[in-house]
Amino acid sequence: MATKKTTKSAKSDSRRDFLALTAASFGAVGAGSVAWPFINSMNPAKDTLALSTTEVNLTPIQVGQSITVMWRGKPVFIRRRTEKEIAEARDVDTSKLIDPQSDEERVQNPEWLVLVGVCTHLGCVPSGQKVGESRGEYDGWFCPCHGSHYDTSGRIRKGPAPKNLAVPSYEFLNDNTTLKIG
Amino acid sequence: MGSGNREKFDNPVVEWVDSRLPVFTLLKAEYGVFPTPKNFNYFWNFGAIAMVMLITMILTGIFLAMSYNPSTAGAFESVERIMRDVNGGWLLRYMHANGASFFFIAVYIHIFRGMYYGSYKQPREILWILGVVIFLLMMATAFMGYVLPWGQMSYWGATVITNLFSAVPVVGDAIVTLLWGGFSVDNPTLNRFFALHYLMPFVIFAVVFLHVWALHVTGSNNPTGVEPKTKKDTLPFHPYYTIKDSFGVLLFLALYSAFVFFAPDSLGHPDNYIPADPLVTPAHIVPEWYFLPFYAMLRAITFPVGIPFTDIVFIEAKLGGVLVMFGSIALLFALPFLDKHPIRSARYRPLFRPAIILFLLNFIFLGYVGSQSADATLFGLPLSIFGLAATAVYYGFFIVLIPLLNKYEEGRELPPSIHESVLEAQQKSKAPEAA
Ligand code: HEM
Ligand code: FES
Repeated sequence: MATKKTTKSAKSDSRRDFLALTAASFGAVGAGSVAWPFINSMNPAKDTLALSTTEVNLTPIQVGQSITVMWRGKPVFIRRRTEKEIAEARDVDTSKLIDPQSDEERVQNPEWLVLVGVCTHLGCVPSGQKVGESRGEYDGWFCPCHGSHYDTSGRIRKGPAPKNLAVPSYEFLNDNTTLKIG
Repeated sequence: MGSGNREKFDNPVVEWVDSRLPVFTLLKAEYGVFPTPKNFNYFWNFGAIAMVMLITMILTGIFLAMSYNPSTAGAFESVERIMRDVNGGWLLRYMHANGASFFFIAVYIHIFRGMYYGSYKQPREILWILGVVIFLLMMATAFMGYVLPWGQMSYWGATVITNLFSAVPVVGDAIVTLLWGGFSVDNPTLNRFFALHYLMPFVIFAVVFLHVWALHVTGSNNPTGVEPKTKKDTLPFHPYYTIKDSFGVLLFLALYSAFVFFAPDSLGHPDNYIPADPLVTPAHIVPEWYFLPFYAMLRAITFPVGIPFTDIVFIEAKLGGVLVMFGSIALLFALPFLDKHPIRSARYRPLFRPAIILFLLNFIFLGYVGSQSADATLFGLPLSIFGLAATAVYYGFFIVLIPLLNKYEEGRELPPSIHESVLEAQQKSKAPEAA
């Protein structure tokens, strides 16, 4: 008799548990689906996303010169590399690199190196664009914030940054005189 | 909260209100007759001081917000306008900017007091944890506030700190984009930081309320760490501690005013008077002084963690630094559960006492390391080595030393009561007179 009663109440307990759990899960899903639009409103808005291409005239840039343009609120480095810089970038054992990548994978045209000028460590702008600025130990760029050295392909060679400088998506237009970034 | 055994007030207006909503009874119980250990030293002033600073920040902040423009086009100029054209605007801004520093001074001393006298120990664990929550919220608030003037340090500080989240595996970059509302720190970022900077102090206020509530359940700790046993051990809060707290608050405010009026920019960085420029990173980015020890721990990890001599990396350097920095605060949360030694006060712990003083010096040294540029040297060695060593000392204190002391430290004899310890101290100070 007593055993029978316990099994019965255990059974109704588990039914109740089931109902409570189901109600709680629906509640959680409901709360989540209300929370998502709030959180998502913090993501980039449509007009912010729309500002996402920049065109640059390449004709005034001499061999060995670098310029910086803005794209999506960030600096983009465009360097017209010298023969020596290209050779330096290619004469590297890629397997020994922190973020292994060959120079060929990082450029469309070896003369033009296009990079997002934002250190992959914590986002400072590395120096090396202007004449006389430190280019670091690998002749590319040097980030003063925590000491990251990038080479002439924008690859991380030394310091705390984990990745190579990013290459944005870009294409050459009008007979290679215009660069469209984004 | 029941008003059943409420005492009547003589003033008829007070009585009329109190019999309907017993706020006066509450005030009397918590701030009037509230029994408070009679042996407090001046370390016990800093809770009241922090409260005064919080109110100062909220008041000056609300009035600043009336003239402040949270947009990248207008922020810097609106702050300059506050400084030059708004009536008394310079005073509001200097009170607010220096107020943040003095708020942190008070809270750091308050936290150290808690560590030295073992105030985090049973039964005050929740009280302590709420305190660490307040500290975290303050850091978030101050960080976002510093972005608002939109100077070079604002911009680059915000860039470096938000980029920390990119270290989170897999979703890191999505989190950073979400924080920014764009592809870099920009107008949407400034706008939301202003909204949150306005909100968070009120959240802090609510947590302070819980913190004080918890305090009034357990009662205060005191320099002996011995709980009050009889009426002889305590005094009513009013007038004894209302007066002592007012005195301490006034001294503190005098020092604060000296900065506001005579050295208002000495704690800030001059680069923040240069408008934000996304194309030029200042040569040396430093956070505000109150973040420096944590910044040093962030930078201490410059190597990945993995299996030696292989390419297998579990934690890359960037993530390592972030984990170590946040871990240092997680340890503060864990402190009540790490330190199981039965004696509270460092006065009666011959080993913990020098250890906690060394911990303090080490923390200050971390602050120095954080203030220097990444490639600085000390005694001819790279400073980063010292940063790593000091970080190890910080961690070692919590996870090696405290457990060892739990096991092996023998305390000194505790006074039988607060009252007796006060009498003993009085006798000692009288003794040379008698001789
Ligand atoms: C926990 C309390 C608070 C802390 C620690 C704090 C901290 C800060 C800091 C460090 C700054 C930068 C100061 C500078 O260098 O110019 C700042 C700016 C500002 N804060 Fe706060 N704040 C607090 C409360 C508030 C509140 C409650 C409001 C508004 C209701 C507010 C409104 C502002 C405004 C408008 C600015 C920009 C103007 C300026 O830079 O002086 N703050 N805050
Ligand atoms: S941001 Fe470039 S090294 Fe840290």
